[in-house]
Amino acid sequence: MFRLEVRPSTPAWFNLALPLLAIAATLVLCSGLIALAGAGVFESYGVMFTASLGDSYAITETLVRAAPMIFTGLAVAVAFRAKFWNIGAEGQLLAGAVASCFVGAIPMPGPLAMLSMAIAGAAAGAAVALVPATLRVKFKVDDVVSSLLLNSVIYYALMALIEGPWKDSFSGYPISPPIEDSANFPVLIEGTRLHLGVIVALIAAPLIWFLIVRTTLGFRIRVTGENPEAARYGGIHVERVLISTALLSGALAGLAGVGEVGGVHFQVMSDISPGYGYSGIVVAMLARLNPLGVVPAAVFLAAVMTGAEAMSRATGVPAFLSDVIQGTALLAMLVALLFTAYRIRRVGAVP
Amino acid sequence: MPAPLIEMRGITKSFGAVKANEAVDLSVAPGEILGLLGENGAGKTTLMNVLFGAYAPDAGEILIQGQQVRIASSADALAAGIGMVHQHFHLAPRLTVLENLLIGIPGKSGRIDRAGGLARLVEIGRQHGLTLDPDLPVSALSVGEQQRLEIVKALFRGAKLLILDEPTAVLAPSEVDGLFSALRSMAAQGLGIIFISHKLNEVRALTHRCTVLRHGRVAGRVDDPANTTSAAMAELMCGHEIVPPSRGPSTPGQAVLTLDGISTAKHAGTALRDISLAVRAGEILGVAGVSGNGQRALAEVISGVRAPDAGRMTIAGQNVSRFSPREVQALGLGRIPEDRMTTGLVTNLPLADSMVLPRIGSSTFSAKGLLKPDAIRAFAEEQIKAYDIRCPGPMTRAGALSGGNLQKALLARELAFDPKVLIVSQPTRGLDIGAARFIHEKFLDMRAKGCGIVVIGEDLEELLVLCDRIAVMYEGRIAGTLDSANATVARLGLLMTGAEGKA
Ligand SMILES: Nc1ncnc2c1ncn2[C@@H]1O[C@H](COP(=O)(O)OP(=O)(O)OP(=O)(O)O)[C@@H](O)[C@H]1O
Ligand SMILES: [Mg+2]
Repeated sequence: MFRLEVRPSTPAWFNLALPLLAIAATLVLCSGLIALAGAGVFESYGVMFTASLGDSYAITETLVRAAPMIFTGLAVAVAFRAKFWNIGAEGQLLAGAVASCFVGAIPMPGPLAMLSMAIAGAAAGAAVALVPATLRVKFKVDDVVSSLLLNSVIYYALMALIEGPWKDSFSGYPISPPIEDSANFPVLIEGTRLHLGVIVALIAAPLIWFLIVRTTLGFRIRVTGENPEAARYGGIHVERVLISTALLSGALAGLAGVGEVGGVHFQVMSDISPGYGYSGIVVAMLARLNPLGVVPAAVFLAAVMTGAEAMSRATGVPAFLSDVIQGTALLAMLVALLFTAYRIRRVGAVP
Repeated sequence: MPAPLIEMRGITKSFGAVKANEAVDLSVAPGEILGLLGENGAGKTTLMNVLFGAYAPDAGEILIQGQQVRIASSADALAAGIGMVHQHFHLAPRLTVLENLLIGIPGKSGRIDRAGGLARLVEIGRQHGLTLDPDLPVSALSVGEQQRLEIVKALFRGAKLLILDEPTAVLAPSEVDGLFSALRSMAAQGLGIIFISHKLNEVRALTHRCTVLRHGRVAGRVDDPANTTSAAMAELMCGHEIVPPSRGPSTPGQAVLTLDGISTAKHAGTALRDISLAVRAGEILGVAGVSGNGQRALAEVISGVRAPDAGRMTIAGQNVSRFSPREVQALGLGRIPEDRMTTGLVTNLPLADSMVLPRIGSSTFSAKGLLKPDAIRAFAEEQIKAYDIRCPGPMTRAGALSGGNLQKALLARELAFDPKVLIVSQPTRGLDIGAARFIHEKFLDMRAKGCGIVVIGEDLEELLVLCDRIAVMYEGRIAGTLDSANATVARLGLLMTGAEGKA
């Protein structure tokens, strides 16, 4: 018989081992589905790997996809640290995309345009996140529910915009007008889509890590998340910390949208985000809410997404496998997290 | 002497580098009440957790009625007839007394046997004087009643051995007598009881035999506690003599904290009604009273966590009635909360974080919004040394410290900044007498330095030793204030029951 026993302390190497274990478990579990779809497991994973990380072009494509998930992953990690349950990164991303698209369509010199887009997008994301945070602080409304429901509100508002005032009157497609050419983020490597926003995302992760670990705001976020009562008695304005966290989290998610508009699509359409906001939750959990861990976690999920499309083309396994892998990875990680607090012990029965 | 009911032999348990228990032997006979004594962090709770199946020992064996057993979980322990009342209760607050009792008990053919449970509840209540209303939700019970429910739960599951980890720390003195008579009645029926307490007079009054731990090892045993002096037991625990502190005369200065007609609306707990108090520099004011008479609200108002609805409060002459916790702190208010785990520390973060929590914004620990990790670490290390806080280091999870060490950590963090006013609730609850002595001394040092101290407590003897004046709270009012010189336990006790203050 096996039992769970409370663990007195968590060894440091767990931070690395657990996500790797979760990923390994995910791949094993999902291989069953691949086999069920009638394809070779090793062949399929092989195609996924080469298509996502096999050559330098594939790597740039994976990074481009990882960038928005780095931002949403950071958004979720920051929020969850304070136990502000922001499930609304998707809506905040969309709000950021719309706002930056508005600003990007105004003729301006390039650097100014990009900066304005970033500011507008971050502000829009922050404004959206402010809603569930305010509802929680003022009226004790559950933030999981309110932030989640707000995603639909934002999505349909976006649809109304691109079906209505933004609708391309010439082609009739529900897409926004494109942003100015000068506002397009510069491509860093000729012949790829690796844009400036990707670099910004990669820099954001250590910055957010620094903020959490080394600043008084980060300290207050950590303490508020772990024990709001002790924080309040210790002179921390818990409500203020929650609001600041929400603003920061929403701004980060908003930046994910900015990158998609400025670096990838140059306009807004209904499927601008294939659920990057929700993937951010998986990313943050795989990273154990550590901002530095967000980067590899986002790259992993991005590789799965790019890889799954190629695999589907090559082997006929539906690309939905990528969603299954994401979901399984989240569940596997949640199970793995159990082992930070508990360990398995083999026991005999009591005579 | 009858054959032992439970025997632990050579139990060793380490947490990393910390040897919490080392080759500990312990036995309890049926009908015996065994006292388990030891300083904070001596390993009492750990040993009992091993017996109750929460931890696997690294070495050693457990015998029940001569049979070696392996207890791998609390379910195993319960099945083997071992019940434990933890320092923190494990009850479901929304369920009723009866429902809590029946959790995890399979009834006939999968149905819950309410009638049978009720009958047993009434019977156990009658036998040992542990009466409880079966239909009340647990959230409506007082702490003492919740404890009673935990005991009944253990008996209900057929415990032959009952472990009580500092049961009296959460009780009002008046509730202790009831607990003791119940325990005696249980022992008379052949139950073995292990009783942990730091209050040696309780141990002397209740137990038949004691085992004393020091640094995880058995330091000695006491065969006749009733006829052993507290001083002798204390010496066995600490390895040296403990002399009670003496409070010299003081010359109080100006009032540093005044409350004038403070009232609060009924919010949670008792409301304050027209409280007027003054604490002068260099003075210790006790606030006595049965808990639940507004002490909590008083502490909250003084700490700035709750704003009074009427009245005026000043610190060092400044009106602070509407100040936030951070603002009163900045004026020199230090605060040691009653509830260390919920309002004091952050158990999941490193100890160092908890130690700097109230002053994280000060220039000592941060500048321009950036933390000074080295300063934070150095401060924690310094305090760990100065206050002899037993832990592997400042980065240890605060929750891993024993109760007494947590209290020392809280005290250290407040006293390090020379507060002008100190508000303290139950300062030595759960502390061993060495640590309590140490804390009393610190308070007297602070008093000599001109700090005004408010000590909220229930232990009248402690208050009489420590305080210059003692105010008694009753139903949210000050029922009377006595000078320690002419206060006695009897007079204070009278005021505490609401008898009009003729003092
Ligand atoms: N889960 C844990 N992880 C790490 N160390 C622990 C853990 N539990 C206890 N310890 C350490 O083991 C030692 C014994 O702790 P224990 O709680 O048994 O003491 P205690 O005698 O009950 O003290 P107190 O009277 O303060 O309750 C202490 O040094 C404590 O810090
Ligand atoms: Mg203990």
